[in-house]
Amino acid sequence: MGAVTTPSHHDSHAHGPEISWEVQLKSNRLGLWLFMFSEVFLFAALLVARFVLWYDADLGIVRPELSQELGLVTTVILLFSSFFMNRAEMAMEYGDRKRFLNGLLVTAVLGTLFFIGVVVMEWNILGLQGELFGIELFGHLKPADGVISGIFFAMTGMHALHVLTGLIFIMVVWNNGRNGHYSPEKHWGVEACAIYWHYVDVVWVFYYPALYLIGTAVHAM
Amino acid sequence: MKLKIWLTSAYVRGLVGQLVGTLLGIGFIEAIRGAMGLEPTGATFNLFGAIIAEPSFVFGAIVGVIGFLLAAGVFTDWLKWMVGKETPLHHGAPAGKPEWSRYLNVDVNHKVIGIQYGYTSILVLLVGGLFAILFRIELAQPGMQWLTNDQYNTLFSAHGIVMIASILLGVGAMSNYLVPLMIGASDMAFPRMNAFSYWVGVPSVVLILAGMAVGGWDTGWVGYAPLSLRAPLGVQLFLLGFWLNGFSSIASAINIIVTTVTMRAKGMSWFRMPIFVWAAVAASLIQFTATQTVGVALMMSIAERAIGLNFFSPVGGGNPILYQHLFWFYSHPVVYVFVLPGLGVISELLPVFTRKPLFGYKWIALSSLGIALVGFLVWAHHMFTSGMADALRVPFMISTMFVAVPTGVKFFSWVATMWEGKMSFETPMLFVLGAISVFLIGGISGPILGTIPTDLHLHDSYWVVGHFHATMFGGFVFPFFAALYYWYPKMTGRMYKESLGKLHFWLMTPGFWVMSFGQMSVGILGMRRRIADYDPLLGIERTHVLITLAALVIGWSVLIMVYNFISSARTQEVAARNPWRSRSPEWQIPSPAPEFNYDVPFEVVGDPYDYGLADAAYIQMTPAVSGD
Repeated sequence: MGAVTTPSHHDSHAHGPEISWEVQLKSNRLGLWLFMFSEVFLFAALLVARFVLWYDADLGIVRPELSQELGLVTTVILLFSSFFMNRAEMAMEYGDRKRFLNGLLVTAVLGTLFFIGVVVMEWNILGLQGELFGIELFGHLKPADGVISGIFFAMTGMHALHVLTGLIFIMVVWNNGRNGHYSPEKHWGVEACAIYWHYVDVVWVFYYPALYLIGTAVHAM
Repeated sequence: MKLKIWLTSAYVRGLVGQLVGTLLGIGFIEAIRGAMGLEPTGATFNLFGAIIAEPSFVFGAIVGVIGFLLAAGVFTDWLKWMVGKETPLHHGAPAGKPEWSRYLNVDVNHKVIGIQYGYTSILVLLVGGLFAILFRIELAQPGMQWLTNDQYNTLFSAHGIVMIASILLGVGAMSNYLVPLMIGASDMAFPRMNAFSYWVGVPSVVLILAGMAVGGWDTGWVGYAPLSLRAPLGVQLFLLGFWLNGFSSIASAINIIVTTVTMRAKGMSWFRMPIFVWAAVAASLIQFTATQTVGVALMMSIAERAIGLNFFSPVGGGNPILYQHLFWFYSHPVVYVFVLPGLGVISELLPVFTRKPLFGYKWIALSSLGIALVGFLVWAHHMFTSGMADALRVPFMISTMFVAVPTGVKFFSWVATMWEGKMSFETPMLFVLGAISVFLIGGISGPILGTIPTDLHLHDSYWVVGHFHATMFGGFVFPFFAALYYWYPKMTGRMYKESLGKLHFWLMTPGFWVMSFGQMSVGILGMRRRIADYDPLLGIERTHVLITLAALVIGWSVLIMVYNFISSARTQEVAARNPWRSRSPEWQIPSPAPEFNYDVPFEVVGDPYDYGLADAAYIQMTPAVSGD
């Protein structure tokens, strides 16, 4: 490879022509939105798979028997987290760092509750049992329960993975914000984090009815 | 010193990291499984006497790729950002190392990354070509001579996916190297993500090749369920490698689109961009969306094998046709990802070598978008024989025929561009003409497959093999080689050996014609695809010998190209600044291009392809604004 090089006419440690903040911000925004659009295809493919596989010749569209209460509570929690995320972002735009950090923390707590609701309670990975006000707290689906559980774990799992990365993103932004990063004028990291979190929320707005509401409830297929 | 630089290069560090990561990942899951008292499941793997369960193996492979990227240094800047450290982009060779070591390490310059894509693509192309020649020799005679059925299956499956990896790398090479240069940008919009796009492709190719060592697989490159659910362990690494390549595709495509939108030079409106940029953007539009659906199909297959979730196996209520729909929703459009940049190269080079304006610039530009759009509406034509819903068949047949419209626009434009032109026949032009002839074979053999009644007979035959190879060679391989020869002086500053280039062309093109027509003819006479053996009574032995010989000729001719490029980089004369008398901006600056491309920004003042028109400038170098 020795000769196939790009000998620089500059000092090799020179800095490139400065890309202005405005141009880079425009690029960042477009790049993130393109990524979000790309992810539409990921989540939509799973949604399509759900309507193909959760279909019974006699019953039509079916869904698994899931705890309606648990689904509703986790959904409400996730939607509220978006409100606090928006509050945090607005606070940063107005330069209110304390409210910004608190908003992020509340978002992270609500997001974690949602995550626990899905992974610990709905998936019941710890194999627990319990009731509260006569409501079954833990799900019953096992990975080997045919397509009913296959699609359920795939959709909730892909969404939970995004919640988890969103939580990590929030904590990174929170930690950097605590150390004095970001300003009302320049806070692309905060903006990206907020867009990502709202996006994960919106995905759930489509997934919740597809998993919990639409179709005839069946025990197994 | 040289050896030390090789041994500490990102490739070697990455491979060590991949090995360590794989072992750690396997150990982690095995420890959990041991603690839970689980028996090994799935296709097990014997690692120094320890029986490794398939889930551990899959997790290990994923951690291994992360290990590669961490050890190579792809994530370093991003990890620093996470803890709030600013990291200025590092330009130039790693501290204290020679300039050439940039190509062995993580570098953020788009030209370095483009060349990294390029040589990796050629290397992977040689590997995939070697596989083809191995099983092609087996096919020269009926009966089994020197391969077992399993080896044959693994080799043809690996040939398919390895070549697709090579093509994706080649597309990355052209787009990354050329787009910023052509639009007057100093680099891509996201240089670090650009490096990630390249480097994540390396461990995924390693995974696919490693899959051949752990049992291989017999599913072809399509990996249809439920066969993939029963195949040996190798199929897991194939699925994982394929899936991880998707990260590369998506990140790189987003980068190309953003760069084109936000970083064009002053005055470069959309319809004044060099035509290749249109092709690269159209291909990226497919790549960053459709790739997700094949990712879902592959993840589902991986999960169905590894953790027993049911999607495709009819045993638990799954639907194998669903896999095919998800798979082809990507894999049909992706052939346009392969050919659009290639067709862009043809449109880019023809005006230069005919000294005439490109005929119908806007039509060509929009036909690229048209192909990308129609490409999303035709996927089920791969499934006419799969038992999909009858009602879908005719609409998909009609939409498939529509592909011919934007493709035809390109052909007519090329013919009209050449019409009465002052053609000269240097190697790049020869390959452009070869590409047009070969792509025409591929194009004409297509409608017969898109038509349901004929497809039902030809679908499982070598006709498909002939058609597909003609579209891939005409749409990608020939134009890619044309691009390599054409921009070789730009990349290296030296001229390749014209005599060897011509020899390459005159071996490869007739070789390809023989191979392609041979494949189609044995297909009509009853040769089935993906089968290692055939009935001698079919009377196709002689044609098979010819196809094998043609494949060998093509293989040797590619080696001549590789030799030409390696030796010319050292010994050939320094190329003129603009050896092709091109109007394109990248030829108005020194070769190899400076680190940041244009020391002086340029302004677009005219149309790009006004060859032969007096006083029709395309760009104007604006003098630097002095001080403020």
